[in-house]
Amino acid sequence: MSRRPGFVLEVDKSTPSTLFWNGEGFVLEALPEGSRVVYAPEPVKALEDPYGAIRHALLHPVGDRDPLPALLRPGMKLTICFDDVSLPLPPMASPDIRQMVIETVLDMAAEAGVDDVVLVAALALHRRMTEEELRHALGDRVYDAFAPHGLLTQHDAEDPDNLVHLGQTDQGEDVEINKRAATSDLLVYVNINLVSMDGGHKSVATGLASYRSLRHHHNPSTMRHSRSFMDQPSSELHSSNWRMGRLIADSGVEVFQIETTLNNDTFPTNFAFLQKREWEWSLRDRTTYAATSTALAKVPPRLSRQILHSIRSPHALTSVQAGEVEAVHALTTANVWTQQGVDVEGQTDILTMGLPYICPYNVNSIMNPILVACLGLGYFFNMYRGRPLVREGGVVIMRHPTRPEFHPGHHPSYIDFYEQVLTQTVDPTEMHKQFEESFATDPWYVHLYRTGHAYHGVHPFYMWYWCAHALAHVGRVIVVGGNPAAVRRLGFSPASSLDDALEIASDIVGPSPTLTHVHNPPILMADVH
Amino acid sequence: MSTLLFERSLPRFAAARVVSSLGSGRGVGIGPLRLVERDAPRLPAAGWVRVDPTLSGICGSDLATLDGRSSRYFEDIVSFPFVPGHEVVGTVASDAVAADGRALTAGDRVVLQPVLGCAARGIEPPCAACQGGHVGNCGRTAFGHIRPGLQTGFCADTGGGWSSAGLVAHESQLYPVPEDLSDEDAVTVEPVACAVHAVLGAPVAGGDVVAVLGAGTLGLLVTASLGHLAALGRCATPSALLVGARYGHQQKLARRLGATEVLPPDQLPRAVRRHSRSLSFGGDPGTTATLSDGADVVFDCVGSPESIAQALAMVRPRGTVALVGMPGRATLDLAPLWHREVRLAGAYAYGSEAGGSAHDAVSTFSLAFDVAAAHRTGQLVSATYPLSRFEDAVAHAGAAGRRGAVKIAFDTRKGPSR
Repeated sequence: MSRRPGFVLEVDKSTPSTLFWNGEGFVLEALPEGSRVVYAPEPVKALEDPYGAIRHALLHPVGDRDPLPALLRPGMKLTICFDDVSLPLPPMASPDIRQMVIETVLDMAAEAGVDDVVLVAALALHRRMTEEELRHALGDRVYDAFAPHGLLTQHDAEDPDNLVHLGQTDQGEDVEINKRAATSDLLVYVNINLVSMDGGHKSVATGLASYRSLRHHHNPSTMRHSRSFMDQPSSELHSSNWRMGRLIADSGVEVFQIETTLNNDTFPTNFAFLQKREWEWSLRDRTTYAATSTALAKVPPRLSRQILHSIRSPHALTSVQAGEVEAVHALTTANVWTQQGVDVEGQTDILTMGLPYICPYNVNSIMNPILVACLGLGYFFNMYRGRPLVREGGVVIMRHPTRPEFHPGHHPSYIDFYEQVLTQTVDPTEMHKQFEESFATDPWYVHLYRTGHAYHGVHPFYMWYWCAHALAHVGRVIVVGGNPAAVRRLGFSPASSLDDALEIASDIVGPSPTLTHVHNPPILMADVH
Repeated sequence: MSTLLFERSLPRFAAARVVSSLGSGRGVGIGPLRLVERDAPRLPAAGWVRVDPTLSGICGSDLATLDGRSSRYFEDIVSFPFVPGHEVVGTVASDAVAADGRALTAGDRVVLQPVLGCAARGIEPPCAACQGGHVGNCGRTAFGHIRPGLQTGFCADTGGGWSSAGLVAHESQLYPVPEDLSDEDAVTVEPVACAVHAVLGAPVAGGDVVAVLGAGTLGLLVTASLGHLAALGRCATPSALLVGARYGHQQKLARRLGATEVLPPDQLPRAVRRHSRSLSFGGDPGTTATLSDGADVVFDCVGSPESIAQALAMVRPRGTVALVGMPGRATLDLAPLWHREVRLAGAYAYGSEAGGSAHDAVSTFSLAFDVAAAHRTGQLVSATYPLSRFEDAVAHAGAAGRRGAVKIAFDTRKGPSR
């Protein structure tokens, strides 16, 4: 049977209730008649021989690059960098795609007699991965071969001895990246392109950069001018990264980019109903939904979180391309769109979304209120090309419990950001001016980032800047089912039910608004005409 | 004339202590405080004058006394029975000369400086502290021609503010109230003076991180005083004035009075850590561990063992913890104080404040009048009660924070009760 494309459903009397994620659980909501629900395309067929496809990509690079074996020679310095724990979501079932790609690269390196090989997790300012997470991403064989010898490292954006300043772009942007990677004879970057924002020059220019470099594009102005940051040609975030990437190339850093795309088969069989269209739910799906949602609602959040974070996704490889960064990324982006793109006619007054338990920054962790805002207004809002799904001055309604809970080990500066910044301003520009530098250079946060598993001190600011475009665009943000104090702290309006939220929204959009719901999972990108 | 009289009665004292363990102020009905009919005390000597109270506040030290939890340290420097009330604005019943030498005419409004130092006690020559202007440190508060009592409101011979019969005060205790100051502003001048004294006694340097624990009357007034005195050049301007305030109304007031950041008390250590750029150690991230650096000065305006412990955890090595709230017996781990050479300093009452190179010495009260006028500190007076409703008044004061109040006072003016 051929794969069905994404489509837009118009809700009528016979439409069953629609699934909304609600943090560590989910609910069915009856949307008003006339509402639109956007569904993602069905999963792209997986590559039947992933190892074969990877090998083929490495031997047949795109753009101005020789096949990988031709770039490998004895005595050379090879650094293999890879995306960190933030990708993919949920973490994929073993073997992880990074393991498959890196094993193939290492086989070729071994055949070529390359001895000096170092692996670098491209963390940027994310938290360091745990041994368990590294083993999951790379496999035991790679981990055991490299980690005990100190050859498996994690990028440290605060290690002055292992950073190199390559220069400034023509826009005055500092480019400072990992020294080992920059001074290698070959930098192989292994990417997972879950969404169209990922990859390209952003892999090296962001993943291996320092705060000094990142601040040039991770700021409110850039984010407001990235419309959206999921659409590279319209994204100032990417323009900056592209300038930096070209400077990196001009500096003589040889990058061999390997990008992969996954299908949107996001949840395993026992959670498969999540990504089905509701009217196609079988009796088993309905039973599973009822049992799962009831059970998750009854157990403490800590336990439901643990259950959900243990899910391993059946994501499968749909494409792999290697070679020169820009040529590779053009193919990758097209493949991502094939999986995620949905045509949508016109904008909407109200955009609704159910937010799940996970985002790129709380894998094996807690979805704190700042991450809730980032997931809704940063990620989901920006999953568009052309125009935002919601009209300017419209309303975003998100569903999430938004508990004021934080992982103290992973997100220490988030706690202070929540207590000491959001209490004073929710304006990205204002907080950028008033607070960013003191958080970014705070020695305690730096210490925890470098030695523990903490996100960098500046990271909550970046999450808030991620929301900057949405915050400037929409008239109101309403959170259904969220902790009222936490929701208000974010500058949003709490509502106890979707009906209440629609009533609150009517102040902004009138009594008969248009409403569009983005069905998730799986992830989709709206091509708004 | 109605007077609230506090008598020495061990059974009532014990009963109040038990009941008030359920909540401050709740044991007042069975405690040693009684409403009686009584005339004003006799004038002890020349230079004394009767003052008819208008408003008289209920202070934390009054609550500690009524709750039966004040320190036994005070036993020798109080005399029974006494009429509480040392935060007083009233009118003089006859002509007098105020502490600052200005003439007072009968009916003029005055604020009472309640410390009963050598001048009030007729002690000549005065003790060294009084000679130096530090009347709060007077060493003769149990001597002289009146019975023991560290302040009016704790002395059997002077009466106190919680009376419509009047109290007696020595001229050295009287400060005239400027016309533009309301009675509510004026009744807060005494606690403002305590706050001013605490601020000027603390070694705040320019760019310091200063933390204030507690945002009841004293915490709020320390906040207001620090900003005002810094603007006058009488103390340095801190880079951050962080206030721990439990309740919403306290948080609003603290911001209004000049705090740079206001947080719930449990969040204060994290803010201090961030502002002082400390490396936290000795605990898990996110917990209140002793900070590696910390605030330069912490004003503890609560005075509980917990608040002192928190202050010691937040102050930097060689920093200062100023105890502004009245403490009592406390069990504390003083290892950090010893190891970090922290200065733990009391901040009691008022007197004369050294002016430094740019200023002359000045009485704390005159600075307090400035602060009260600048910040209209009468805004802290949340409710007033007639003496007849003393149980309600004390209960309200005991639960002030929870009930959205700051300062509760007795109103002995004629007219409907408020």
